[in-house]
Amino acid sequence: MADIVVDRRRGARRARWLAEVGWKYPLALVVIFLATFPLLYVVSVAVAQNSTLTGSTRLFGSFSTANFVALGETSFWTWCLNTIIIGSATAVGSVLMGAAAAYAFSRFQFRGRRFALTSLLIVQMFPQMLAFVAIYLLLLTIGDVIPALGINSKLALIAVYLGGALGSNTFLMYGFFNTIPKSLDEAAKIDGATHSQIYWGIILRLVTPILAVVGLLSFIGTFGDFILARIILTQESSWTLAVGMYQWVASELNANWGLFTAGSVIASLPILILFFALQKYIVGGLTAGSVKG
Amino acid sequence: MSVTTTRGAEPLPTTSHARNWRPGYAVKLLLMALVNAFGVYTIWAAYLQSSWGIAIGSAVILVVVDWIYFAKRTLPLKYIVPGLLFLLVFQLGSMLYTGYVAFTNYSTGHNTTMDQAVDAIMIQNERRSEDSPSYPLVVVRDEDALGFAILDGETVRVGTAEEALADAPDAVVDGTSIVEVPGWEVVPRTDVLTDQELQEAVLALRVPVSEDAEEGSIRTREGSTGAVYRSSLEYDQDAGTMTDTASGVVYHADQQQGLFVAEDGTALTVGWRVHVGFDNFTRAFTEADYSTAFLRIVLWTFAFAALSVASAFLVGLALAIVFDDTRLRARKLMRTLFVLPYAFPAFLSALLWRGMLNPNPQYGLINDWFFFDAYIRWLSDPFLAKVALLVVNLWLSFPYWFVITTGALQSLPDDVMEAARIDGAGGWRTWRSITLPLLLVSTAPLLIASFAFNFNNFALIFMLTGGGPRFTDTSAALGHTDILISMIYQISGAAGGRSDYGLASALSILVFLVVGTISALAFRQTRKLEEIL
Repeated sequence: MADIVVDRRRGARRARWLAEVGWKYPLALVVIFLATFPLLYVVSVAVAQNSTLTGSTRLFGSFSTANFVALGETSFWTWCLNTIIIGSATAVGSVLMGAAAAYAFSRFQFRGRRFALTSLLIVQMFPQMLAFVAIYLLLLTIGDVIPALGINSKLALIAVYLGGALGSNTFLMYGFFNTIPKSLDEAAKIDGATHSQIYWGIILRLVTPILAVVGLLSFIGTFGDFILARIILTQESSWTLAVGMYQWVASELNANWGLFTAGSVIASLPILILFFALQKYIVGGLTAGSVKG
Repeated sequence: MSVTTTRGAEPLPTTSHARNWRPGYAVKLLLMALVNAFGVYTIWAAYLQSSWGIAIGSAVILVVVDWIYFAKRTLPLKYIVPGLLFLLVFQLGSMLYTGYVAFTNYSTGHNTTMDQAVDAIMIQNERRSEDSPSYPLVVVRDEDALGFAILDGETVRVGTAEEALADAPDAVVDGTSIVEVPGWEVVPRTDVLTDQELQEAVLALRVPVSEDAEEGSIRTREGSTGAVYRSSLEYDQDAGTMTDTASGVVYHADQQQGLFVAEDGTALTVGWRVHVGFDNFTRAFTEADYSTAFLRIVLWTFAFAALSVASAFLVGLALAIVFDDTRLRARKLMRTLFVLPYAFPAFLSALLWRGMLNPNPQYGLINDWFFFDAYIRWLSDPFLAKVALLVVNLWLSFPYWFVITTGALQSLPDDVMEAARIDGAGGWRTWRSITLPLLLVSTAPLLIASFAFNFNNFALIFMLTGGGPRFTDTSAALGHTDILISMIYQISGAAGGRSDYGLASALSILVFLVVGTISALAFRQTRKLEEIL
């Protein structure tokens, strides 16, 4: 008798668990499957033997490194290098310029400070890529005078990206700079430190974490940009990964999915690592819309 | 000494920098020397090219920068100016330039000044003059220029594009071929034939016969003989007319259109840039090529942005509600796996989906796995292409909303929930009257930002469908899934074909207006939010 009651109670508890919590596990599996099957598929095609997609809808049917080896015969590694150069230069430049401006806004009282902050807020609302036609024409004109800053120059692309640096980074850093007590700089000033010594020696050291975050976010942003890189970099040897890999699969007939998937695996790994390391900053809302390209 | 800095005044230094050398000051001097060297180089190069805008602009910038870094009262600017310069030139500058170009007819065939257009027309209409003999010719060059040497009877004459033909008395001639020209290197004919770049330069080279442009110029078709070419058109600068010497037709310069137009309406192909007022803004509605496509594209742009945000938000929210449950195990692992699509670089995802949506089930994973090997043309049917875009965008962005709404749900104030429960509100009532409104308030700025982002989501459209399938009722290269920004891309000629920078810029301004309005809304929402919290 007692056993039956216990069993029934256990059964009831189990039914309640199923109704309230248990069903969520199978649902989670479905969501996880939908979220990850394209990524599993990328890896599967990348390590498949034949580099076309023929018959490759079966996951992990064969294993070979042929696709990765074949990358060496393309410009893939050049594009990687270009992407790293452009991304790093933009990241370093953005951090230096954004931090300097944030320091000025946070530490000095000057005429036009409010106006400048408000203007920045307004300017940053307009993504740079909206004016891509004008940027292209502008670089055509500049290129006539300084060929190194014209169309098809990585330097020009970096300069264009840096044009957006102040707008997107200053506010993120401004808030952070404000959390560093002003008494620190005042003490240093009394000890005879100049403004530049305070900036480079004290403030920048205290805000290193935010500098790293801003730099990495800017790198991810540059990595994902397509439209500006595509109109400015015209020669295959100066393309970035986004422009080059698009070209691999752009035409239906010559699409080379073996190369593309192998390249995707290599290109996405560092970004995935960066993303999960910076997750709370990326989805924190501060940078909504400006990160993913 | 006052400890608060006012108006950027530095604490008075007791000694000047000149007497108190520090390593930092040396670095500053070095950097400023580099900046000045670059600035002077730019001004000089712009002067040589007669680019007065750039010359004056960089001169002003250089003076201002020098003043800022060597004056004492400009402290805040010393920190702001590097970023500000890039912002002014490449962001504000390009926005203003968009505004300028939108009111011109800048496009293929209208991309220069009138003087350059006249030159181009003259060259384009050059014909070999009927009375000209064929001269034996060799290609010559020195360090900086390519030229022609021709054998005119007994004398050798040599010249370049810049310098008209002049006698070269000491040249060595063997029969009818020129062997040596003092001061010039004779380019072997085999080089001309094998070097592609050189060949193009030779074919384009025009050496004026004399200082008088009317006499025409020497050109060659194969690099061994040359002949005199004269323009079939005659330009009269004072009257502003082009006259066809053969037919006698007179073309008048029309400053409204930037073209030379004859009485019967025919125009010469090369024109120049002129201001056209609001023409570009009305053309999108009135010109046959665009008007049918334009409205559909505008509607689809709004629909795409709104549906993308709504679907991703709802799915993300639903998942957040279901999986924000402390009784669940492995929540961290679930969260990481859910977020993967958002972490994977978006352009790679878009291209990948394009491959997976291949209609042939042998290649396309989607048809093979989910649609029983049916042959569904996802990307070439107007309706299905739109569905595919929305589904792929949902896949790309639901994780973002999952994370955002999870955070928002967790930060809902407990006391309000408690009060609702005490007042006897049921689960649904609490959800509808308290949770959802609070959630919407806190995520509204992000929803608006996401709308603005998708409104201009060029990469996804371009990579997944390329705007296609094409409209069948217009000759413009536009399609059913094109959004405004990809339409601008097409019109600007970046994808190939004719460039119409004027129209593209006018449309960009339209997008600016939409994005500006959206941002203003977002800004007000944020302010409202601040009032609530």
